[in-house]
Amino acid sequence: MTAPAPDGAGYDTVVGLEVHVQLTTHSKIFSGSSPAFGSQPNASIDPVCLGLPGTLPVLNRAAVEAAVRLGLAAGCRINRRSRFARKHYFYPDLPKGFQISQYEEPLCEGGVIPFRVRGDARSVRLVRIHLEEDAGKSLHVSAGAGPAGASHVDYNRAGVPLCEIVSEPDLRSADEAAELMRAIRTLVRALSVCDGNMEEGSLRCDANVSVRSRGVATLGTKTELKNLNSFKNVRDAVAYEARRQAARLDRGLRVAQETRLWDPARGVTAAMRSKEDAHDYRYFPEPDLPPLALDDTWIQAVRAALPELPEARFARYTTVLSLPAEDADVLTADSETAAYFDAALSSAPAASPKRIANWVINEVLPRVDHAGRLASDDVPVPAAALGELVALIDSGALSGKLGKDVFGRMWSDQRSAREVIASGVAVELSDVGAVEQVCRRVVASHPDEAARFRAGEQKLRGFFVGAVMKETGGKANPKVVSEILSRVLA
Amino acid sequence: MIDVAGAEIAELAGRVRRREIRARDVTEAFLDRVARFDGALGCYLRVDAGGARRRADAVDAAAAAGRDPGVLAGVPIALKDIFVTAGVETTCASRILRGFVPPYESTASARLAAAGAVMLGKLNMDEFAMGSSNENSARGPVRNPWALDCVPGGSSGGSAAAVAAGLCAGAAGTDTGGSIRQPAALCGVVGIKPTYGRVSRYGVVAFASSLDHPGPLGRTVDDTAALLEVMAGHDPRDATSIPAPAGGYRAAAAAGAHGLGGVTIGVPDEYFQPGLDAEVEAAVRAALDELARAGATLVPVSLPHTQYAVATYYLICTAEASSNLARYDGVRHGHRADGARTLDELYARTRGEGFGAEVKRRIMLGTYVLRAGYYEAYYGKALRVRRKVAEDFAAVFARCDALVTPTSPVPAFRLGERTADPLQMYMADVLTVAPALAGVPALSQGCGFTRAGLPVGLQIIGRPLDEQTVFRVAGAYQARTDWHTRRPPLTAVPATPQGQP
Repeated sequence: MTAPAPDGAGYDTVVGLEVHVQLTTHSKIFSGSSPAFGSQPNASIDPVCLGLPGTLPVLNRAAVEAAVRLGLAAGCRINRRSRFARKHYFYPDLPKGFQISQYEEPLCEGGVIPFRVRGDARSVRLVRIHLEEDAGKSLHVSAGAGPAGASHVDYNRAGVPLCEIVSEPDLRSADEAAELMRAIRTLVRALSVCDGNMEEGSLRCDANVSVRSRGVATLGTKTELKNLNSFKNVRDAVAYEARRQAARLDRGLRVAQETRLWDPARGVTAAMRSKEDAHDYRYFPEPDLPPLALDDTWIQAVRAALPELPEARFARYTTVLSLPAEDADVLTADSETAAYFDAALSSAPAASPKRIANWVINEVLPRVDHAGRLASDDVPVPAAALGELVALIDSGALSGKLGKDVFGRMWSDQRSAREVIASGVAVELSDVGAVEQVCRRVVASHPDEAARFRAGEQKLRGFFVGAVMKETGGKANPKVVSEILSRVLA
Repeated sequence: MIDVAGAEIAELAGRVRRREIRARDVTEAFLDRVARFDGALGCYLRVDAGGARRRADAVDAAAAAGRDPGVLAGVPIALKDIFVTAGVETTCASRILRGFVPPYESTASARLAAAGAVMLGKLNMDEFAMGSSNENSARGPVRNPWALDCVPGGSSGGSAAAVAAGLCAGAAGTDTGGSIRQPAALCGVVGIKPTYGRVSRYGVVAFASSLDHPGPLGRTVDDTAALLEVMAGHDPRDATSIPAPAGGYRAAAAAGAHGLGGVTIGVPDEYFQPGLDAEVEAAVRAALDELARAGATLVPVSLPHTQYAVATYYLICTAEASSNLARYDGVRHGHRADGARTLDELYARTRGEGFGAEVKRRIMLGTYVLRAGYYEAYYGKALRVRRKVAEDFAAVFARCDALVTPTSPVPAFRLGERTADPLQMYMADVLTVAPALAGVPALSQGCGFTRAGLPVGLQIIGRPLDEQTVFRVAGAYQARTDWHTRRPPLTAVPATPQGQP
């Protein structure tokens, strides 16, 4: 359910996000097994990620590099020395009884992430970005399905590298929270540090939400929302929670500081645990890992290898290319789409950027992915081939409508526009004399229908047009056929 | 047939490599001694006779095929049950790890095996290495071969007693606050805690990560040096392992036989305080005189923060232990309580049943130390004092090459004598914890016996990464004395059948 933030009720909403980004590395953060998904339960494990007695963590350099890429892209201060810490709690999917995270001295501090809400530029300041390991997954079998409701634990996810992005409470609405998440997804994909899949949990967030009377500077009591695994859930949960808190304050009640779980089916948040029984995590520096020291040369090399960031790209599309913001939004939502668009544009420098954008948005994207994401392997029409097609249309050699048919053939047969046209499949029959001959033959062979049409039965026009199109194998231009028929049947 | 139980490691390995004796025969001789004598001592938690025979046969086969079977070819060793051994149950003498058969091998034991050493079995210890008397074992205590009513020290009590009794040619132990050196002293053998990071901790079950030092115990300085040369070295699987060249320990020990000219030895006043047993002090003072006669220059030095070392040590080690032992929850391995209805009950009962009293005490202390709001008052302050202790050593090592002290303030005490008072037991570590906090190498070797016939230990402390000088001093002392040639009298009591810890 979507509800407006309680703007009219005299309250401001204040939101901060804690975003977990699963880093796409070849091995886990502290051990050698693969972090890949989709394998059988407990197939991607090793003694270290299981925390077996005597095993020790060794930091994966690729995870550090991914985190530093993210930190640099978000304008963070990269600490030349950072530390890992142990965060303790007992749960079966946490193999060691503690999570290796960062507490004091995180890898990245400060920074800003820009985003847009319906075209308006916003930004959020970051507190920090730190590295940590993921836990496994508990699977609870309900009573009856197993022996007295058994629980199973899958440790494939244990030790998968995570970046936690902690924002300042700079967000002022549910929309801002959802759009920030969207911007973070675009950013982590552009950086190739995370696949950004929220449903599978490779990108997830908790939201800290509070409300305060409009004009008041101090923050209200916050609640922490969990289970926000889509942009819609982020928006709906924050909106609901802000309304719930405002309603309590209106009735003179306090907001309890607690962790609440979003229930998307019922559209409500419900208390999980209160501050009173919050964990004491007993943080202390991880003695098995020396402090992480980074040198400037290495950080500069990582910075130099950063790709064009989504916000810079958006600016280029809307200013240099004069694309509408909505188009630029779609094209920059993931870097592969943008790269495809850029490649098509550079292969057809004379074509209009807007026309190429239309083709990518209306023809290419709907044919690929499912999650709104373009993976180049999925696209049978190379960007340069699309550029060529658009150039042909721009030159007037091909009508826009026929161009779509040609594109369909290019897609299904994996051939270029010229190859499709040369094969004759969709060549337009533009010889008016030849079309007229066919029209006369068709009219002559249907004297009854011709007589009825001349007597005023106008709906028979369709019958004659269809017959001519059939005769020409669909190559005639229906508009031309209709004009000729008008003359022949007059 | 040579007296294999009396031979030094280099001699044994040399003969096996030259095919003068078979590794299999050496192994059988030691297995026979274990079977005859360990019943009175309780050193072994697990004898892996079948595995030992296979390993010995492989060494003989390699030698017969002309391949080098390694510098420790056919040398029968045993491991404190804190070293993880692939396919061989590893319990840390705790009920909570009962039945845990690891699928991987510790780096230290893998290096020993690769050098041709033949692992005979797993040795008794204080549970999770927490203790100074080996009385905290779920399997029961180890007895001191020199006096069966006395403790062997701990926590590597099984290692020290087995080496003293000739039930293995050498052993691996771990030292967190003195757990190699103190039992070595109480059993009259040699043991070294090398520099922190010198020997990999991978596959060594963690007690206190920043203090755990694996190391060897041997009957002689040369035996201990030979074992350390194999165990030491950088390991990419331990991020705290030091990537520095290791070795040269046997040569350094041999050089000591030619005297200690140019070597300055510091004698820290703080290690000769009231509470030091008079006979121990007399033996250590005599040893210092001997080192002076060997050519060393003795200078009095001060390590002013020594008095804070025990308190600091127990804050740090309990904090880290409470964290390291959180993984024993009954979910993945080892003991699991039956019939628990809730997750909390599963944890409480599994851990309540699985851990012994001393382990529980330290987990509770460490949990308290790390509580939110108390971190600075306890753990944070302990880390700062630890730095002061390390600075003490750095300061004296600016003008000394080594320090020499007693290892334990007292000789072996009677079984049960200190179990009622944990604090009194903790004071057994008073002379060994400071080098552990500083991470500097420290060795213990025998320097005499009390009138009651109990061994006295001499502690030699060196600069970080300078095990060579420590061995040089130890080699010099051993060359001028014959304490290391004495053997405890053994009583033939067959080993009890292999049981559970």
